[in-house]
Amino acid sequence: MLTALLIFWPFVAAMVALALNTKQAKGWALLASIVELVISIYVASMFTRDASTQFDLSTPWISSLGINFNIGIDGISLLLVLLTTVLTPLIVLSSYKYNYEKGASFYALILFMEMALIGVFTALDGFLFYIFWEMALIPIYFICLRWGGVNRGVVTLKFFIYTLAGSLVMLLGFIYLYLQTPGEHSFALNALYEAGRNLPAYEQGLLFWAIFAAFAVKMPVFPLHTWQPDTYHTAPTQGTMLLSGIMLKMGIYGVIRWLIPVVPAGVAAWGNTALVLSVIGIVYASCLAIVQKDLKRLIAYSSIAHVGLIAAGLFTMNKIGMQGAMIQMVSHGIVIVGLFYVIDIIISRTSTQEIALLGGIRNVAPIFTTVFVVIMLGSVALPLTSGFVGEFLLINSVFQYNYILGAVAGLTMILGAVYMLRSFQQTMLGETNSNTSTFADLDTTEKLVLYPIVIMIVLIGVYPAPLLKISEAAVDNMFMILSNYQTLK
Amino acid sequence: MNAVYVLSGLGIFSLLAEIFNFRKALFPIVILGLAVAAGLLVMDWNTDMSHYSNMLLFDNFAIAFSAAITVIALLWFLMSRDYFQNNTHVTDHFALVIFVIVGAVFMVSYANLAMLFLGLEILSIALYVLAGSRMNDLFSNEASFKYFLMGSFATGFLLFGIALIYGVTGSFDIYVISDKLLTPNPESSALLYGGVLLLLIGLAFKISAVPFHFWAPDVYEGSPTVVTAFMSTVVKMAAFGAFFRLFATCFAPVSPQWVDVLQVITILTLIVSNVTAVYQYSVKRILAYSSVAHAGYMLIALVALSDVSAGAIFYYVCAYAVGSIAAFAVLHNVNGNNETAIVDTFNGLGKRNPFLAFCMTVSLLSLAGIPPMAGFFGKYYIFTVAFQLGFTGLVFLAIIMSLIGIYYYFRIIIAMYLKSSDKTTAFEVPVLHQVVLVICLIITIGLGIFPDLLIDLI
Repeated sequence: MLTALLIFWPFVAAMVALALNTKQAKGWALLASIVELVISIYVASMFTRDASTQFDLSTPWISSLGINFNIGIDGISLLLVLLTTVLTPLIVLSSYKYNYEKGASFYALILFMEMALIGVFTALDGFLFYIFWEMALIPIYFICLRWGGVNRGVVTLKFFIYTLAGSLVMLLGFIYLYLQTPGEHSFALNALYEAGRNLPAYEQGLLFWAIFAAFAVKMPVFPLHTWQPDTYHTAPTQGTMLLSGIMLKMGIYGVIRWLIPVVPAGVAAWGNTALVLSVIGIVYASCLAIVQKDLKRLIAYSSIAHVGLIAAGLFTMNKIGMQGAMIQMVSHGIVIVGLFYVIDIIISRTSTQEIALLGGIRNVAPIFTTVFVVIMLGSVALPLTSGFVGEFLLINSVFQYNYILGAVAGLTMILGAVYMLRSFQQTMLGETNSNTSTFADLDTTEKLVLYPIVIMIVLIGVYPAPLLKISEAAVDNMFMILSNYQTLK
Repeated sequence: MNAVYVLSGLGIFSLLAEIFNFRKALFPIVILGLAVAAGLLVMDWNTDMSHYSNMLLFDNFAIAFSAAITVIALLWFLMSRDYFQNNTHVTDHFALVIFVIVGAVFMVSYANLAMLFLGLEILSIALYVLAGSRMNDLFSNEASFKYFLMGSFATGFLLFGIALIYGVTGSFDIYVISDKLLTPNPESSALLYGGVLLLLIGLAFKISAVPFHFWAPDVYEGSPTVVTAFMSTVVKMAAFGAFFRLFATCFAPVSPQWVDVLQVITILTLIVSNVTAVYQYSVKRILAYSSVAHAGYMLIALVALSDVSAGAIFYYVCAYAVGSIAAFAVLHNVNGNNETAIVDTFNGLGKRNPFLAFCMTVSLLSLAGIPPMAGFFGKYYIFTVAFQLGFTGLVFLAIIMSLIGIYYYFRIIIAMYLKSSDKTTAFEVPVLHQVVLVICLIITIGLGIFPDLLIDLI
């Protein structure tokens, strides 16, 4: 029941938002997303820290096709639901300084997207998962199309078709699995697990790539990342925050829930390749980030690098890697939303995002600089920030898997420090110039967004145990099942 | 059968209305008549009655298709009312449209090949006139003429095929033919093969499958927009119902003879239509090629024939028709009296009239096959059935073509929301159009969320 409420409340709120004018819609969207946050915190407090799926709901939907409306939350889903419900109010707040034309539909689209995202994270039926996966694409497409920057028609269409191509291949994979389920075909998660694990290794390998296609495009994993920098650059800030903060976690979640347990033999055969691709992506994206002149693109490439590390950690098939991926997902979401908001503030004050044209902001906006420092260090993964917990666990697991790959993956920390510190130095330190001399410090709304982000980064960095405890049981359980399966095979 | 009487009576009544001069009352009477006909059809559900010594058989398939055709025609009438008000010969047009509907009902409920021919001709001849109904417009005349010439040619193929099949089996009744074909006579296999192929060609023309589709873009573009809307929905439904009825029930025993040919036609249809549509700038041509593409997707269900194919095709054709009606309704509104529409006509519609832009977006998303709209489920169901029967390559091709389809559908969406236009006058959308659009919207999303309603019907 609570899960259904979590999914449908944003939808109802979105419908209401359409009837309001822009100013009312702003307030309403914030209120609705905070209500959602309260509900999800309540769910988290009622959640028993074990491996079971709780708050579940299963009603037949299209019984002739074996599709049920089956939703539920377990430890892994809960972390991501919390991330979504925490970030959405911040994203809504971050848009307050702008007066978007036709703003009511803007906020309605954000709320609609929240519904689709939570649906993805709580779906326990393969077809339902696919429906929510595709549904999440529609609002982000329209947000980027209507309120985006230059060249948005071409860029967003490329993003849409690219993502849809991956999704359709994944759908084919799911259909194939569905047809392998015994007796009355069904899309239920457990039925798909059974069907997938009993397939011969060759078929599991093919299915691995089919299902991974969608997640590889979404995360993105090198070499399917070419849509990302342009799309992040062209989208409005809130669109980029939604894309990088939450939507890419859909891909990682998909790997954890719908890939690794479904085709374990496929992962055993091809996981290494995927891991190597991810590690290549880390180095490739980090190097590209270093030479970027545009702040937004720099952060976009840094996102590819960080997610590459998360993906690598997933495929090490190691408990540490999985837990590292969970905590890094949360941390990355918070940090990247903070980073893009910082850039948004810079753009709104100086109308430029070119690093060369900025400088010396610290002299005129000290609070802003401090906030930027903390968020940046969270991205660089300094100990005591949330980024460190995740990256440490991930690099640890990749190193245990293969020490050469681990060393290369560890380069992300060094290269990350290079581009983040350099961009910080060139924009914040030094002398002010004509663009930045009138840089006003943070106002109330901006503080309301950035202070919670900073607090969370530090808090999770110092005391990550509560978050790790949420997903620990589910991750342990998954590995237990997988190891049983390995010994049986 | 009562429904057919009501419809035919309605058509004759329309003709009489000209003589007795009550044009104003005609429109409500026609709407009422169509609703009554739909009701009468539904009342005949599960009765399997045959009429005229087995010439017509109203089984569930026929009733479902006929009822859907009648409902779509009703929505169409609501949408095109202003077109009829502005024209001379209103009553003639009404009568012609109703006769097309009668022909359509025959085409989906025949049990005898002669009835198939009769239904096809009743439908086509009225349609030839309707295509040319803008008498002062050269394009309309060209469309009508092209359609007439090529359509007559295709009917010739159909008749020749029927004659050959009669030669082989000695009967026109499709159930008798199907029985006779269970024990094929090796001597007459050449005749049989020829007959089946000729029938395939004749009907493939009607559903505008490649390479028999060349009439579609020109006829769709030249005809008045409302007539194009009618052709791409009602006529498509009828043609597909006839095609399915013939090949799934009558020629099912000899399927090895025509499945390969049909597979080639399907592949060609999918590729040619989607790729050509990318290069089009006239919206009516885009919609014409898109309707050819949808015929291709539906043909996949015929190639991968199974018990559920009928339900899958029915659902797909309904989802497609509802989406088409909405798209054409928006086009009709945006275009006004102008008959040529390029993609630029839609520029800035998001600002000028958000409601129309939203309806257009939803119906284009449904046609493109994006969940949770009905169009997605139609495609999904057909792909699953084909995949299950082992047509993996075909499904892959269809998926790639769907992706190409997104490109040209989204060009219109991008024009609506991205480009700005100099026409800043907001225009009024008549109430009837709003009603039709809202109904289509509800059906599209409702069918998408509850596809069970239609898929399990047949």
